Amino acid sequence: MSVSVQEADFDPGREAERLSAGRDDVGALATFTGLVRADKQNGSQGSDVQAMTLEHYPGMTEKALEAIVVEARSRWPAILGVRVIHRVGRLAPGDRIVFVGVAGAHRGEAFAACEFIMDYLKTRAPFWKKEDTAEGGRWVDARDSDDEAAGRWSVPD
Amino acid sequence: MKFKVLYFASLRESLGKAEELVEAPSGVSSVAALQRFLAERGEGVPALARGRNVRAAVNQVMVKDDVAIADGDEIAFFPPVTGG
Repeated sequence: MSVSVQEADFDPGREAERLSAGRDDVGALATFTGLVRADKQNGSQGSDVQAMTLEHYPGMTEKALEAIVVEARSRWPAILGVRVIHRVGRLAPGDRIVFVGVAGAHRGEAFAACEFIMDYLKTRAPFWKKEDTAEGGRWVDARDSDDEAAGRWSVPD
Repeated sequence: MKFKVLYFASLRESLGKAEELVEAPSGVSSVAALQRFLAERGEGVPALARGRNVRAAVNQVMVKDDVAIADGDEIAFFPPVTGG
């Protein structure tokens, strides 16, 4: 299974190893691990994030991630393996939240596909973050920069 | 026309419910039309008003709001996603 949505933590090293285990055609392994950051949302005016809760759309989430992987494989047919893990539920600063690993014969397609999957995940997978602060819960706003990051992969019709 | 309508995140909290079965007039045949119907129901639901940056999915696929909907569809409304 290349896509998982789970509450449990994951081991990035083990996930990376699995992508090339038992095969000798993988020459490049690009991985990305996202962590929960504790920074203040609104500069010095904001309050510290103590934890966050990840809500998602069960059923659609898995389909959306699988569709992103299919899209990546069609854009970079040389990709040899993909693994995507996204955690849900309550997470604390420093916790791992997302993992994307791509195995390829060469670094070009591995780097590109890994970044593409993250950029698309940010704008197309149905997850929502709610931060817990001393002042109460606060839904995280979507960022225009994420739309721009996803937009640069667009191909003209 | 009957639809299963789901709400997520801040929209779920504003509406005070995660899902409902909605019976709409036959003219409600697009995502935008359903959103308008829901927003104008009763005393009105400001969180669903046009221009509030509401995104939608039909049968678990994210869509633009001019997409057609059919009886029995599962329609979800939610704010822009913030995963990763």
